[in-house]
Amino acid sequence: MLIKLTGGTVYDPAHGIDGKVMDILVRDGRIVERQHDGERIDQEYNLKGKVVMAGAIDMHTHIGGGKVNIARTLLPEDHRGDPVDHTELCKAGCGHAVPSTLTTGYRYAEMGYTAGFEPAVLPMNARQAHLEMGDTPIIDKGGYAMLGSDDLLLRMMAANKDQNAINDYVAWTIHASQAIGIKVVNAGGINAFKFNQRMLDLDEKNSHYQVTPREVLQRLSRAVHELGVPHPLHVHGNNLGVPGNVETTLNTIAGVDGYPLHLTHIQFHSYGTEGDRKFSSGAARIAEAINKNKHISADVGQILFGQTVTASGDNMSQFRNAGHAHPNKWVCMDIECDAGCGVVPFKYKDQNFVNALQWAIGLEIFLLVDDPWRIFLTTDHPNGAPFTSYPHLIRLLTDKTFRNDMLSRISPDAQAMSTLASIDREYSLYEIAIMTRAGAAKLVGLHDRGHLGVGAAADISVYTDNPDREKMFAKPDYVFKDGELVVKDGSVVKVTWGATHVVKPEFDRAIEKEIAKYYDTYHTVKMDHVKVTDQHIADDGRGHVQVQACQGRREKLA
Amino acid sequence: MENFAQAATLESVTCPFCGLLCDDLTVQRDAAGKLDVTRNGCQKSITFFGRAPNQAAPRIAGKNATLAEAVAKAAELLGRSKSPLIAGLGTEVQGMRAVMSLADKAGATIDHMNSNGFMRNIQVIQNSGWQTCTLTEVRNRVDLLVVLGTDIVSLFPRFFEREIWNKESMFGQDTSKREVVYLGGRNIDTSAGVAPDGRKPDVLPCDPECIPDVLAALRALINGKKLHAADVGGIAMTDLQNLADRLKAAKYSVLTWAAGTLNFPHAELAVQNLTEMIKTLNLTTRASGLPLGGNEGEMNANQVSAWISGYPVRTSYASQHPEYDPYHFSTDKLLASGEADTLFWVSSFNPDRTPPATNLPTVVFGHADMKLENEPDVFIPVGTPGMDHNGVYFRSDNVVSLPIDRLRQSALPSLNTVLTAIEQAL
Repeated sequence: MLIKLTGGTVYDPAHGIDGKVMDILVRDGRIVERQHDGERIDQEYNLKGKVVMAGAIDMHTHIGGGKVNIARTLLPEDHRGDPVDHTELCKAGCGHAVPSTLTTGYRYAEMGYTAGFEPAVLPMNARQAHLEMGDTPIIDKGGYAMLGSDDLLLRMMAANKDQNAINDYVAWTIHASQAIGIKVVNAGGINAFKFNQRMLDLDEKNSHYQVTPREVLQRLSRAVHELGVPHPLHVHGNNLGVPGNVETTLNTIAGVDGYPLHLTHIQFHSYGTEGDRKFSSGAARIAEAINKNKHISADVGQILFGQTVTASGDNMSQFRNAGHAHPNKWVCMDIECDAGCGVVPFKYKDQNFVNALQWAIGLEIFLLVDDPWRIFLTTDHPNGAPFTSYPHLIRLLTDKTFRNDMLSRISPDAQAMSTLASIDREYSLYEIAIMTRAGAAKLVGLHDRGHLGVGAAADISVYTDNPDREKMFAKPDYVFKDGELVVKDGSVVKVTWGATHVVKPEFDRAIEKEIAKYYDTYHTVKMDHVKVTDQHIADDGRGHVQVQACQGRREKLA
Repeated sequence: MENFAQAATLESVTCPFCGLLCDDLTVQRDAAGKLDVTRNGCQKSITFFGRAPNQAAPRIAGKNATLAEAVAKAAELLGRSKSPLIAGLGTEVQGMRAVMSLADKAGATIDHMNSNGFMRNIQVIQNSGWQTCTLTEVRNRVDLLVVLGTDIVSLFPRFFEREIWNKESMFGQDTSKREVVYLGGRNIDTSAGVAPDGRKPDVLPCDPECIPDVLAALRALINGKKLHAADVGGIAMTDLQNLADRLKAAKYSVLTWAAGTLNFPHAELAVQNLTEMIKTLNLTTRASGLPLGGNEGEMNANQVSAWISGYPVRTSYASQHPEYDPYHFSTDKLLASGEADTLFWVSSFNPDRTPPATNLPTVVFGHADMKLENEPDVFIPVGTPGMDHNGVYFRSDNVVSLPIDRLRQSALPSLNTVLTAIEQAL
């Protein structure tokens, strides 16, 4: 099967291509250089005047696993506002804040997204995360396994175990959870909450283990690096949402031995304490630190106004914020000596000073960070806003007039506390393509996605150029997934099932002896039963695992 | 490749016959496929695994039929139905996925056989939420366990053995010193709550219908209110005050209930008093709720339904999209009102959970040993997940799910296979 995409204007930052008119050939799902002699073109699409990019990649989106399903169960009233009928092709479901799995897949594809990564896969709940992602059609998916508040790691650290043992345990966890990276959430804090600690700053000790968050970050970031896992340690910082947490975040950037870190939903960690209300923007300081420290990347976790729900592993913070629940109901859980979760519905209001300033802080960070390869477009779906608001967010970044118009409508006190109006930057299409495609693929470690070079998987989105970028990105003309046309004129025309991307770093299997003993002594399940196998992911008859390359085990940074 | 037709000793077998999902059983298999639990069994697992293999044939109107004929007949009944109900739902995850797909296609309503109990919890979640934990947290952290109106063990036989009187725990606790309080209910067998050293649990009995009053009083005491009554439901106020004080002083208390056993009107409000009390306790110390459930695949049904439709069960596809109504879409209501016109009943773990009495056209996807008082239009014996075929099962705490693996040779089809065939034949 040979497909030719003819004459489109291509944005492929991985190859430095910035709006060049060119043809793309796709054979059997992959991009190829040229036609074989005498080979017939089975299908040709005339893309003259159209914008062509690789399929977009959401590198941080809560689309599967226990907390997401709790959020669904919690909010029937939200689903009722967005019922999704079944069609000839698609199953029924619901949309808005926490869509059903099938609707999630359709709607991502209908915006030109071809992959999404669940950032909080609890090892004890990994099977569920993969089951839900297995019922999410069209897009590829993957997850980051959560460590850092699990009792086994903290026990190993308290016992001052050798870094090699920690590395082996981290690698084992990546295998067992079928993950592509490691995430740490409120390092050590979820665990400390179980011992009734309510805050845990970077150098504060867990009352039982006497281990600090900084030490957890040091151990895990080093492990991820030394295992050769492409995605740097994915860090949800301590003190989420707390005014003044900008200091914690800057301290985190400065103080983790120089190993690469990805700071997620950094907007929620960029708050100062200036002004009459003791709540201010730390965006400029955060952006400056990111600009200066090349080993740091971040995604924003932009908030947008309206009803949504926050679903997080960070039950320490979620319990603290539960008073803001709207509607007034919330779930917090302590989970399996492994982690926790907290699900709190939120309604962000543009006339609320704090919410409005959160909105401005997110945009300030986007616009003040210089390097689009190290800042990523997320709303931390659904925590800041549902992923379906991405086209609106793209317009805010690419259109200064529109942005300032929106700014003029929010709480005047928040406007007065923000520098947003003075920022002239407008993201170009090339920069949007970096953030949502090339940069995201590089960051996650997807070697054959996010670009349009020869050998890449043919995940391709085609848009009609429109100065209203919200309209443009909401409705692609065509979306190809692995070379198959799945979306036409913004609607699904074929339902396919994507791959689950994982890494499988090498490790010493002898660590299993220690892990098995720990499970047998303290847990209620056996170690072997926790593992999610390749076959488990293929069991539904549709899914499969794609292993992305690791860089091989590395030595400590000089 | 394992030869399932051979005798063998199977280690670390996972048992899907209650919500605890113990995964440490040893099961002996003989060449005929008979299974015998030889280690870490309980009365439930011994009974369920011990049923002799039964390769019963499908039946149409009581007469033996081929699977293809039975599937065709079931598809015909479903095709004719304007308002089908798929209920029971005693199955694992893959089976439940097939139920959802069929319901979407056929415009059916779905409900689980344990929903009358489970919905009490769902109503609490959807009204106020709650704060809970999972079994391994209990096993390692609990210092004070309050058990509401149940003995636990008749539903979950190994609960105390595995989560309370476990010898080792992670944080240096002497587990034999754990405190157990049975609150509410009458004539409850509290022997499982006796500590290994013979120390007896505290028992504060009351009639089940007094449980709401007792919980309201306890919550008021925890909120620091003074109550003037001398007793509530026969429990002395001083005893309740003492319990309130102990809950506040505990480092990690766990308050547990089994919603299915709270059979009094508006039991959801009693559960809510308990869960709101737990939220209050957490302002100063740590406490967690532990809703016990998950028998007959209850969590499988609700989890899969939630991710595929957005809602738990009691969801209808009669419109082109899912609609959820915890009252009107109950099996009892839909059958009594005549709104449902065809019943599909699923019970693949338990032959005793037969369909409710009805004159509607009925198709039963049942355990092969199922004895039916009224012969349904179609009976299709299906394999038991975790014995006859592989599956995935969600535990009571709604977090841990484990593979439940095939243990023996069986000709019985899985529910997934049968429902997929029916959907294709529609």
